Amino acid sequence: MVNKLIKEDTKMFLTGNEVLAYAANAAEADFMYGYPITPQNEIMHTWCKLLPKTEAGFLQTEDEISAGFSTLGGILAGKRAFTATAGPGNVIMQDAQSMAEMMRIPFVCAVMQRGGPSTATVIYAQQETRLTCYGGNGEGFRIVYSTAGHQDLYDYMIKAFNTAWKYRFPTYVLADGYQGKMREPVMLYDPASRGIKMVPVTPSLLGEGQIGIDRKSVHMRNTYNMEEELMEVLDSYQVDYDKMAEEVAEYEEYKAEDAEILIIAHGIVARSARTAVDELREKGIKAGLFRPITIRPLAVKPLRNAVSRAKQILFTESANGQLAQMVLEKLYGLTTPYSTLYKMGVGVTGDDLVEKVESMVKSPSVV
Amino acid sequence: MAEVLTLPPKLPKSQNEEVGASKFCPGCGHGITLKALGNAIDELGIQQKTVFGCDIGCSLLSWNYMDLDTVQTHHGRTTPVIYGFTRANKEAIGIAYMGDGGGLAIGSQHLVNATVRGERMLIVVVNNTNYGMTGGQMSPTTMPGQKTETTPYGRDCEVTGKPAKAAEMVAAIADPAKSFVARSSVSNVRKLQSTFKKALKNVENGGFSFVEVLSICPLNWRTNNVDTFGRLAQMEEFFEVKEFLAPEGLV
Repeated sequence: MVNKLIKEDTKMFLTGNEVLAYAANAAEADFMYGYPITPQNEIMHTWCKLLPKTEAGFLQTEDEISAGFSTLGGILAGKRAFTATAGPGNVIMQDAQSMAEMMRIPFVCAVMQRGGPSTATVIYAQQETRLTCYGGNGEGFRIVYSTAGHQDLYDYMIKAFNTAWKYRFPTYVLADGYQGKMREPVMLYDPASRGIKMVPVTPSLLGEGQIGIDRKSVHMRNTYNMEEELMEVLDSYQVDYDKMAEEVAEYEEYKAEDAEILIIAHGIVARSARTAVDELREKGIKAGLFRPITIRPLAVKPLRNAVSRAKQILFTESANGQLAQMVLEKLYGLTTPYSTLYKMGVGVTGDDLVEKVESMVKSPSVV
Repeated sequence: MAEVLTLPPKLPKSQNEEVGASKFCPGCGHGITLKALGNAIDELGIQQKTVFGCDIGCSLLSWNYMDLDTVQTHHGRTTPVIYGFTRANKEAIGIAYMGDGGGLAIGSQHLVNATVRGERMLIVVVNNTNYGMTGGQMSPTTMPGQKTETTPYGRDCEVTGKPAKAAEMVAAIADPAKSFVARSSVSNVRKLQSTFKKALKNVENGGFSFVEVLSICPLNWRTNNVDTFGRLAQMEEFFEVKEFLAPEGLV
């Protein structure tokens, strides 16, 4: 059992990476496996610095492949284990993430996005949106929380462990280098003080009972012999996923009720969009924001309702429409025209959005 | 009329009797290897605390072969899955079971780093000098001149380099005080079993163990019984069968 460091509400001024390490401890995570890659390193650094107090475990592995697979090993042994990665590390960790999907292993990972493709920048992007939701050679049986600031990082990192262990789908906190590296005030708390009970963890292998006496040996399978055999398993996963989606999907609306121009953004870009909405409202333009918090699965009904109410929508991302692609598929049949403001690997500011929305008012999009 | 005498096969307790005596190709060395491993586990009485990981390729057919808690993965990732497990569960005896491709090619970084860190586990590399499951391609241990699907005119070491010697490599980088490193062969099952026993005992003592098993693949080698064991004898000349490292006092 790990020692929890935050026993009462404590306001701190931290980087997002530090917040994630504290959040994992608050969630009673007891093992981290990791490999250095910028901009997520300080999650490991903080975790390691706190080890004498937390008495948790840590292993620095030889690469992100092994960080992912050893995390799976730790979880199978019954630890509330997690890892964190970014960019090319996220790419090579997909193999382990696919295995977590196939075997329904409650894998938890913080992804601090950096520029792509390939090495690109170590700083910031939203270009791992698609990869984190749908990476690997599978169907994207994953849950992805996209955070927009440090309180989110703390809240959703705690939540990610419970979501993963309750539904047994790999669960992610998707943030970015800006959130990881910048410092802002955050309220740390003991989850119990908010009525949050951590879902108990149990080993999948070498659990209770003696083989041949109390139970049979466990044979966890990652290979299937026949196509139909596999489909039967995956069909049952899809049923579970759809059922889970209704319970898990989260979103935030900001002044979206009467919005004529609805901005759709996730993560830190949604935070810029909030400031833009306020500024536009002051100028008499009825702007609003729809922010999917779970970008996989999406909260489809509220999303469609918000889009139906608006006269125009604006997709904006620090990527070339990775979220928009996922959202548009869910908007099939609606005719609200849309515009885009994409800045690949670059932050989107409130000013960018004000300017863009003003241009949309002057010459409305018809697409 | 002659009376038919049926004797049930004598399986190790830690082998899954529901599967039967063998599920590998006729003449495959995996059945021999797993039986020796099972007997070693039985002798040490560690079935209840052993976690078995198997890789992709022929070795994956062992996913339900043992009466052990088992996880199956691929590409040599069995090593990190198992050391991830044994880092988290200090009582467990971890075994990562794989072929020469998984251990020495696609997953070699895990073998190297698990060795250097002295992970508390046994890594078994069953060396049959080719990728069996995928149809008999050249592997890191394919013998000089050996014909495979990707070296149809024989392995040319000028082009491909020489065969990898796993046990020698592991012995060179392992901590001699804590590591047991050996190469054994399916030609001597008693010796193979006692090697596994030592290897597992060393893990129980908190050490790292590596056993390379010289094995046979008559299907892909396209050899009959005599030639199969003839080739194994050649392998035993090329790949020295011995204990490379054993901590002092390991019996």
